[in-house]
Amino acid sequence: MTQAQLQEGANLPALSEEPGVRKWRDYFSFNTDHKVIGIQYLVTTFIFYCIGGVLADLVRTELKTPETDFVSPEVYNSLFTLHATIMIFLWIVPAGAGFANYLIPLMIGAKDMAFPRLNAVAFWMIPPAGLLLISSLLIGDAPDAGWTSYPPLSLVTGQVGEAIWIMSVLLLGTSSILGAINFLVTIWKMRTPGMTFNQMPLFCWAMVATSAITLLSTPVLAGALILLAFDLLAGTTFFNPTGGGDPIVYQHMFWFYSHPAVYIMILPFFGLISEILPVHARKPIFGYQAIAYSSLAISFLGLIVWAHHMFTSGVPGWLRMFFMITTMIIAVPTGIKVFSWVATVWGGKLRLNSAMLFAMGFVGTFVIGGISGIMLAAVPFDIHVHDTYFVVAHLHYVLFGGSVLGIYAGFYHWFPKMTGRMLNEFWGKVHFALTIVGLNLTFLPMHKLGMMGMNRRIAVYDPKFETLNFICTMGSYLLAVSTFPFIINAIWSWMYGPKAGNNPWQALTLEWMTTSPPAIENFDKPPVLATGPYDYGMSHGDDEEVEKVPLSDEREPALAAGPNSALRADPDPKVAAHPEDRK
Amino acid sequence: MNIPSSIWTLLVGIVVTLVSLWYGQNHGLLPAPASDEAELVDGLFNAMLTISTGLFLIVEGALIYSAIRYRRRPGDDSDGPPVFGNIPLEILWTAVPAIIVIGIAIYSFDVYNSIGGFSPHAVHDAPIGEQAVRMPGAAIAATLSDTPPSADPNLNQEKSDAAMQDPATAAVRNADQIPQRRNAPGVGVVSPTIGASPDKEGAPPALTVNVTGLQYAWIFTYPDTGITTGELHVPVGREVQISMTANDVIHAFWVPELRLKQDAIPGRQSEIRFTPKTVGEYKLICAELCGPYHGAMNTQFVIETPEAFEQWQKEQQVASRDAQQLVAMNSADLSPAEFLAPYVSDLGIQPEMLQQIHHTHH
Ligand code: HEM
Ligand SMILES: [Cu+2]
Ligand SMILES: [Cu+2]
Repeated sequence: MTQAQLQEGANLPALSEEPGVRKWRDYFSFNTDHKVIGIQYLVTTFIFYCIGGVLADLVRTELKTPETDFVSPEVYNSLFTLHATIMIFLWIVPAGAGFANYLIPLMIGAKDMAFPRLNAVAFWMIPPAGLLLISSLLIGDAPDAGWTSYPPLSLVTGQVGEAIWIMSVLLLGTSSILGAINFLVTIWKMRTPGMTFNQMPLFCWAMVATSAITLLSTPVLAGALILLAFDLLAGTTFFNPTGGGDPIVYQHMFWFYSHPAVYIMILPFFGLISEILPVHARKPIFGYQAIAYSSLAISFLGLIVWAHHMFTSGVPGWLRMFFMITTMIIAVPTGIKVFSWVATVWGGKLRLNSAMLFAMGFVGTFVIGGISGIMLAAVPFDIHVHDTYFVVAHLHYVLFGGSVLGIYAGFYHWFPKMTGRMLNEFWGKVHFALTIVGLNLTFLPMHKLGMMGMNRRIAVYDPKFETLNFICTMGSYLLAVSTFPFIINAIWSWMYGPKAGNNPWQALTLEWMTTSPPAIENFDKPPVLATGPYDYGMSHGDDEEVEKVPLSDEREPALAAGPNSALRADPDPKVAAHPEDRK
Repeated sequence: MNIPSSIWTLLVGIVVTLVSLWYGQNHGLLPAPASDEAELVDGLFNAMLTISTGLFLIVEGALIYSAIRYRRRPGDDSDGPPVFGNIPLEILWTAVPAIIVIGIAIYSFDVYNSIGGFSPHAVHDAPIGEQAVRMPGAAIAATLSDTPPSADPNLNQEKSDAAMQDPATAAVRNADQIPQRRNAPGVGVVSPTIGASPDKEGAPPALTVNVTGLQYAWIFTYPDTGITTGELHVPVGREVQISMTANDVIHAFWVPELRLKQDAIPGRQSEIRFTPKTVGEYKLICAELCGPYHGAMNTQFVIETPEAFEQWQKEQQVASRDAQQLVAMNSADLSPAEFLAPYVSDLGIQPEMLQQIHHTHH
């Protein structure tokens, strides 16, 4: 089937018999369909997000007052350790893999991932790892040395909890390595005939970059953790100064993974945003190549900046300067992306639905985290704010304002594809408004707290910081409340929401050229590309002048009438073109 | 009235610049600086904040403006203009961030050099000097009187003391579980940190203080005078060198008003140098997670006039002499550790520490 034919049906309401429908049992089984696995990832990780969120609110409840009056300091340390570990290793990283699993084969016109069984294995490592980690809370010996788990502290706090933490993170790391291999091979080998790298959707580029850093850096973390486990359980002294070990070596190994990991946590969502903005702005993505290659640049540079987490520990002076400069250089490719996104929405016809609002909210809040990141790279300033709430503010603007908003944008955007039904826009907008307000209320004051002298990971603090902390805590409750409209909306719409049609957003990437939800092997025949992924607003028949060279010029236009004609020619009179105009 | 867009751009640019310049100087986000070094760091921060405010306003402004100005009107099914790229524009916004970060990097480099980041003395291998933790048993008793009576309760000291007495802490601190420096050969590396600023290069600091971090207290020893205390006093206007290490886990020395922070790492010695500038009492905070009571690991940091400092030193020495006599009186039947045990909670130190004192003393 050609893309033209696929597009013929694209704007019709969904077929009555849903070809992609699956039995609920499939979602609880060792299914090898990438779409099932993708949804398994997304739902599982979202559940972990809720758990991590509850822990965050417990942390904030303790911090509402300067004294330790809610939990004991030991429990407090476990709470933030688990909060961070869950958020990073069980939510952001695997959620990116979830979207990649669902979208990559569809976007490149493949039937499935390259290694479907490996894919299922990678997913099924996550629930046990998560349960293992959370079980440590129940047995009353949760890890409490922070998610960085620096020795010697991690060697002298609870042994069982620490061992559980190491085991769980090792499992999750293995899972993400398996996933990364699969993404790379799939993108490399399984693109539909005729799709060159430069015609690939940007999300695929982002996943190439992400997978590359995953493969290069995760094994180093595994190495560090295995050595740490030896120190902990077998009495070796790799990192233990008592026996001549060096705790700084652990920090190098840990950050060699964990700094690149922040790009593992953000690049996939950079990719999602680059997909969502052009669709709802009805404009081509601005600077396709710049965005694609900047992902690669970020992943390469990301590997040589780790010691900026160690400016106040034990690195030589000149080395600090090296890491300062490499860190700052990352601002350039990141800046290119941000400006390209802004240029994409500039002058468009913006459909401000929930997906678009979250996508624009992503750009707006991520910028704040990015700017504070450049400040942190400046060594003299970092020396002041390292390990303070300034860092906590920075990382949440990036991870919450970036990654989490990106995930929400992705949920709203691809929900119709995944379920065949539309989400409710009103509640989506309520969700957005509460999230943005809560987010800034929670994390903005933390910048000042950190600079004024509040260090992180403390259960007691100076009473002079009480007011700002109170605001943060109230914001965190608002954030908790903000998820309810989303959860209820998602469950209700999945069951009863209006039918979405195959291509409710009139998007041009291939995943929209099949049914919603897609059939088991996605496409009957390998789809033929007729347009570039972002050829919005291109001439449709009446020969308007196209100013810039579009991506699609690189190939023979398959549709004489112009690539978008099928989308626009004969809209079904009973169905409004825009879902928000439908009643 | 129809104002051309170039005029608008210009006006917006001027407003953004003025707002950024104003906010960069009047943000009130940092505590007042208390050292020469801190003022340099603040200059850097203000410059970065000025640029950041501008960038922030431009990006957020463009997004909000787009959301209002370019939103789809109901019934409009057309697409926006098919603009795929614009090479000059892309070059421009690759160049602008590049120039900004190069500028910030050079400025940071300069500040870093001025506060002594490149001091060659800061990079060398050396065995950890005995002096780093030299604490004659008698001298430590001097701290019995080190906290001047003060009207308001020292909350942090209370918290720290409470932390030390908490059975949970005591359990964690079993001596056989905790890597004790006294048993460790140590990596013997002086962690390169912030050394002498270029103009003071080669000259020894006016005052050296050795600092040991341990769960959950700081111990300060003044090698020139043999004073050992639980809080840090320094005279204003004289360059101070802090040599630090840790006994059990990693701690971090942080005085927000100095804008200086340095990890105290077991098995290593690290150094910072600074010149205190403003007389006052500040808080010295442990900034690296060091256990459940990490948040309570604070103490006083006092910058005082040279006279007051002399006075304080004398008091400490007198106290230490008295204590020595006390030790002498009691030592017939008590080891220093036993003798000092009752004072442990006042000192904010642990029996293991006393153990160590005992070792190094002989
Ligand atoms: C629901 C909203 C959230 C709130 C209220 C929240 C709150 C907090 C707080 C107060 C801390 C500092 C704990 C301390 O230093 O004692 C913290 C740490 C952290 N959070 Fe969150 N957080 C939230 C969401 C997230 C998300 C979505 C992520 C990641 C994707 C995340 C990742 C982290 C990390 C990595 C740390 C550092 C922990 C450490 O210092 O060891 N948080 N969070
Ligand atoms: Cu400490
Ligand atoms: Cu601490």
